[in-house]
Amino acid sequence: MDIYLPIAEVSVDVFVLLGLGGAVGFLTGVFGVGGGFLITPLLIFIGVPPTVAVASSANQLVGASVSGVLAHWRRGNVDFKMGYVLLVGGLAGSAFGVWLFTLLKRLGQIELTISLCYVVLLGTLGSLMMVESVYAQLRLHRPGVRRRKLHQHNWMHGLPLKARFRRSKLYISTLLPIGLGFVVGVFSAILGVGGGFIMVPAMIYMLGMPTAVVPGTSLLQIIFVAANVTLLQAYTNRTVDAVLALVLLIGGVIGARIGSRFGTRLRGDQLRLLLALMVLAVAAKLAFDLTVHPADPYSIVVDKT
Amino acid sequence: MSRSAASRGRGSHILGSLSCTVMDQAKGWGFAALILLSAPAQGEALVADLTSHLIAITTGFTGASVVLFGAIDGPGEVAVVARGPDREITVRRKSRIAGIWVNSREMTFANVPSFYFVAASRPLEEIISPATAAFYRLGVGNLQLKPEGMAPTRVGDEFVTALVRQQQRARLFPDTVSTVSFVGERLFRTTIEFPTNVPIGTYLVEVFLIRDKDVVGGQTTPLVVSKVGIGADVFGFAGRRPALYGAIAVLTAMVAGWLASLPFRSA
Repeated sequence: MDIYLPIAEVSVDVFVLLGLGGAVGFLTGVFGVGGGFLITPLLIFIGVPPTVAVASSANQLVGASVSGVLAHWRRGNVDFKMGYVLLVGGLAGSAFGVWLFTLLKRLGQIELTISLCYVVLLGTLGSLMMVESVYAQLRLHRPGVRRRKLHQHNWMHGLPLKARFRRSKLYISTLLPIGLGFVVGVFSAILGVGGGFIMVPAMIYMLGMPTAVVPGTSLLQIIFVAANVTLLQAYTNRTVDAVLALVLLIGGVIGARIGSRFGTRLRGDQLRLLLALMVLAVAAKLAFDLTVHPADPYSIVVDKT
Repeated sequence: MSRSAASRGRGSHILGSLSCTVMDQAKGWGFAALILLSAPAQGEALVADLTSHLIAITTGFTGASVVLFGAIDGPGEVAVVARGPDREITVRRKSRIAGIWVNSREMTFANVPSFYFVAASRPLEEIISPATAAFYRLGVGNLQLKPEGMAPTRVGDEFVTALVRQQQRARLFPDTVSTVSFVGERLFRTTIEFPTNVPIGTYLVEVFLIRDKDVVGGQTTPLVVSKVGIGADVFGFAGRRPALYGAIAVLTAMVAGWLASLPFRSA
C-alpha cells in the first residue's frame, strides 16, 4: 500500500516506511542510541530527497526522544540542570547549523557535506567503539587489571563560570556543556540526527558524568534541539514532512518494544561490538559511494518557482 | 540513446535560431496557443477532449493515465503535446577532487517544462517539417533548452543532454514519441501517462492537425494536476504558514512520543 508524502512529493510503500522505523526503533531498543544516523541514509536510499530526509528525521526524533526521556525520568536518571545548560549551546548550534544547511544547499554541496560528515563521524565513532569493546572482551579473560583513576584533572577544569550539577555529582565550568551542546546542535541540523552518538561518549569521557544519567540527559536536550531544527527547517527550507515522520514514529514504537526485550538477552560489550560493526559498515558504504565513479556525474535540482 | 539525444539537442540550436525572431515577437508560447485556439472556429477541422481534466493527487496516488480522444474533418496526421508548467532547473556536474566526487560545475535552465509528453500518429520527422516542429516545440529536441546567460557550447550541450536524461529517468520526459492511434480515418486517441512524481500545476494539452508537413489546425485543452485531501492540506499549510506547520509537526511528534511511552509504564 503506497502512501503519498506531501512534502517529499513521492509515493512510498507504507510498510517499507513502517519497517524502516521499526528496524531503527529495534536498534534503539537494543543499543539505546537514537538511530537517526541510520534513518537519514536509509530514507535517501528509498528515494526521499536528502534535504527532506534530514529535516523529517529531526521531526521523528522529537517524538522518539520524548518517549525515551519519559522512560529515563521515571527511573530518576535525568539531570535537568545539565540538560538545560547543554540546551543553551544546543539551540545556538542548531540555529547556526540550519543557516549553514541553507547556505550549502544553495551552493549545491549539501549532499557532499552530509555524506562527508557521516563518514568522518561514524568512522571515528565506530573505530573507537570497536577498540573499546575488543579491550573489554580481553579484560574479561584477564581479571585484576588496574582500574582507571575515577577523576582526572586537566585544562578543562581551569575554565571560568563553574557551576554545581548535583545529579551528575560534578562541579565544572558551564562553558563545557554549552560548547558540547553547540557542536552537537550543528550536527543535528546538518545531519538530521540527535547527536546522541557524539553526545553520549562526550558526556562520559569529557564531562565525566555518571553513565546512568547520560542517556536520559542527552535525550532531554535532544528533544529541544530536534524541535528547534524541525521548526527552523520547516520555516527556512520547507523540508519537514510530518506525514513521513509520523509513520516512522509508529514503526519505531513497535520496533523499540521488541528491541528492548531482545537487548536484555545480550551482554553489554557484545552489544557495543555489534553496534560498532554496524556503524562502521554504514561509514564504509558512504565512503565507498563518495569515491566510486558515479553512474551519472550529472544531477538536477528543481528550483521551486 | 544519449548520443541521439545529443544530436537532437544540437539540432535544436540551429532550428531555434531560425524561429527565434518570430518567437520573440510572438512572446513565445502564448501566441502559438492563441493561433491554435482560434483555429477550430474556422469550420472545426479538429475537435478533441480529455477523459479527465483533473488529476487528483491523493494520499494513495500511484500515477494516472488520461485518454485524449478526438476527430478530424478529413485525412491528416495528428500530434499531441502535453506540457507541465515551466520550472527553473539547475544541472550540476560532479568531478573528482582529491579522490572524492564533488559537484563542481552548474548551469541553470530557466524555462524547462516540468513535464513533457509527445505523441504522433506517425514518426514526427515523416509528417512535419523540422522548422514547424521547432516552432511548435514538438519533440524533446525542440524544447529549446538553453543554459542561462550562455552562448551554445559543447559543454552546454552536454548539460542539456544530462538534463533531458535525468528528466527521462524521472519519467517526466518521454523516452520515445507515443502513438496516436486512429479508429478509421477520422477518430483518434492516445493515452497520456503521468508518473507518481508528476509536478502539480496547470498543464496544456495541445493537439495539432498536420497536413502536407504543416500544422493546419489545433486545439489547446487545459489539464490541472492538483493535490487533494490531507496531502494537499498538509502541503498548502506547510507553504502558507511554515512556522505554525513546524510547531504542529513538533507537537504531534511530542504527543506521539508520549503516547508511545504509555504502554511501557503499564508493563
